[in-house]
Amino acid sequence: MLEITRLQVTAEGKEILKGIDLKVNKGEVHAIMGPNGSGKSTLARALSGHPEYQVTGGQVLFEGHDLLDMDPDERAREGVFMAFQYPVEIAGVNNAYFLKAALNAKRKHQGLPELDAMEFMALVNDKAKLLDIDKSMLSRAVNEGFSGGEKKRNEIFQMALLEPTLAILDETDSGLDIDALKLVANGVNAMRSPERAFIVVTHYQRLLNYIVPDFVHVLSGGRIVKSGGKELALELEQKGYGWIEAA
Amino acid sequence: MDRGGLNAMTPQLAEKPKLVPFASAFEKRPQGGPRWLEDLRARGAARFAALGLPTVRDEEWRFTNVAPIGAIDFSLAEPVSGVAEQLAGFAYTDAPVRLVVVNGRYDATLSRTKGLPKGVRIGSLAQAMSDHADVVQRYFGQLSDFTHRSFAALNTAFVQDGAYVYLPDNAIVDAPIHIIFVTGAEAARVMAHPRTLVVAGAGSQCRIVESYIGTEGQTYFTNGVSEVFVAENAIVDHYKVQQESLDAFHVASLHAHTARSATFSSHSFSLGGKLVRNDALAILDGEGGECTLNGLYLADRERLIDNHTTIDHAKAHCPSHEIYKGILGGTARAVFNGKIIVRQDAQKTDAKQTNRALLLTDGATINTKPQLEIFADDVKCTHGAAIGQLDDDAIFYLRARGLTYAEARDMMIHAFAAEILDRVKIEPLREALEAELFEQLARDLAEVDGTRT
Repeated sequence: MLEITRLQVTAEGKEILKGIDLKVNKGEVHAIMGPNGSGKSTLARALSGHPEYQVTGGQVLFEGHDLLDMDPDERAREGVFMAFQYPVEIAGVNNAYFLKAALNAKRKHQGLPELDAMEFMALVNDKAKLLDIDKSMLSRAVNEGFSGGEKKRNEIFQMALLEPTLAILDETDSGLDIDALKLVANGVNAMRSPERAFIVVTHYQRLLNYIVPDFVHVLSGGRIVKSGGKELALELEQKGYGWIEAA
Repeated sequence: MDRGGLNAMTPQLAEKPKLVPFASAFEKRPQGGPRWLEDLRARGAARFAALGLPTVRDEEWRFTNVAPIGAIDFSLAEPVSGVAEQLAGFAYTDAPVRLVVVNGRYDATLSRTKGLPKGVRIGSLAQAMSDHADVVQRYFGQLSDFTHRSFAALNTAFVQDGAYVYLPDNAIVDAPIHIIFVTGAEAARVMAHPRTLVVAGAGSQCRIVESYIGTEGQTYFTNGVSEVFVAENAIVDHYKVQQESLDAFHVASLHAHTARSATFSSHSFSLGGKLVRNDALAILDGEGGECTLNGLYLADRERLIDNHTTIDHAKAHCPSHEIYKGILGGTARAVFNGKIIVRQDAQKTDAKQTNRALLLTDGATINTKPQLEIFADDVKCTHGAAIGQLDDDAIFYLRARGLTYAEARDMMIHAFAAEILDRVKIEPLREALEAELFEQLARDLAEVDGTRT
């Protein structure tokens, strides 16, 4: 589904990713771990098409298409979803209104009929239960005045609505208490399917107790320095990142 | 800072030029009406002759050069035909209750004044000057100071007619009263000096919409003065819709006076005009009064929209609210000056002022200035200004959910405007304004997109 080859990315004139190779198949969950500044979030943002991250080399194929050639909104409509590390507050834009527009943009792209307000609300109610999303969050402006946990839950809620093929979670667990963490993990697990893949970027092993990955990759200095199964995450938890950076 | 400051101090420039603009119109100043009116006109003319038009050396006009208005020898507008058809193209002009003022003169055939509660009077101001003289004379000109304000003096010199709304005590008028000022003429460059007087008696309640319109492409000059008196416990909900021709000049001042526990709110929408100056001045002159002055303006090309507001807290326990928002494209310019005065007796004042502008292009500019003059010690006054472009992070966030750049941008701009639009309590007016605003925005944005690389 996703094939990253020798990806190099620069941000603010500084080379951050120095050649990443990663293959993600349908149905797989890949965890990307690594110390601060290793390039984990840069990888996530570059895949989502953030304008501040310039791809200087390499290739990314998504379902056989050149992902890097697509605008950020095209990527989204094609089925790539990014759960932001720091979701933006957008004053005045109603959350439900925005979600309906986003969902219909994707449905239109897929050649599906757009949902009307009734159909949309029925779908929303369904997904909101899953993530314990309070109705008032929907009538408020996007992320405005949301607590940290509410913002992260809102991201996963959006993911549940938009049903992406590839979901990238950028440190979604940071700053979450254990209850919120479980909610978020349940939301992700409920969406795991043979047709969908996840890239879970995280600093801590804790999240991976709840979202059990098929593969764990360790990023350091802009390269993947070690890959393994879920047991690698536990090893990192015990030994820290030092032994990998030293290697 | 003001780079012209030193030059302005030299003695040669301190004297104002005595050349009075609009000389030919002055020769044909309106005559007639009651004696006090004749007298008032003469005093207005004398003051205007002394004041002349303001220049950028006047603090109140620093960023708005009105020389282009004075450069045209506008003649006094005559009544014109074909106005009925023209009305259809503008927001909310088909209201069930409406007063139509064409080139400063009340038009009875186009107006609809039926079905109002007993004792309520709406219609021609000229008519009211003769048959409702005691009320008109008590209020007319009491708020509009023409000894220092040059455009008020000019209006006063030509005062003749306009719209009159009178509500006796406890009268409730449910239907919005729509006053439509039409200015323009086929072949000539004309000016009109319409006047509005609203007197809302104690415990009364009404909604007033003032619309200023004209034929697109015509160059004309509207110089209006409106005075609104809100008596004890009365409520006046006011809207101004400025949709002049994009080649027109529009200068107008709105004055409101609130008595004890009276409520006045005004929402100003400036969508048209080439050079526009709106003055809104409210005096909170009774305890427990409340005032809202909000505005939304849109300018593209080389247009200029200047909003000056003054909220004068003269008595204690009065809250005031103010939000002005602008959307600017092209090389448009805007000015916002928000003055809040809190007088010595006005303890427990709670004044909030917000001014925000969205610049869609690099060429658009705004000069903004809050001005607080506080003489009481137990008050709450807040003000904030934010000028900027659309938030790139927010745009990216929306795009990352599948909305195109244009969709994301439009959603943000709509959200920006909605904060004011949503406060319009007259549903058909809000819908008409929304449609008009977004149609104009679509045109502006198409222009912006054309220059986007």
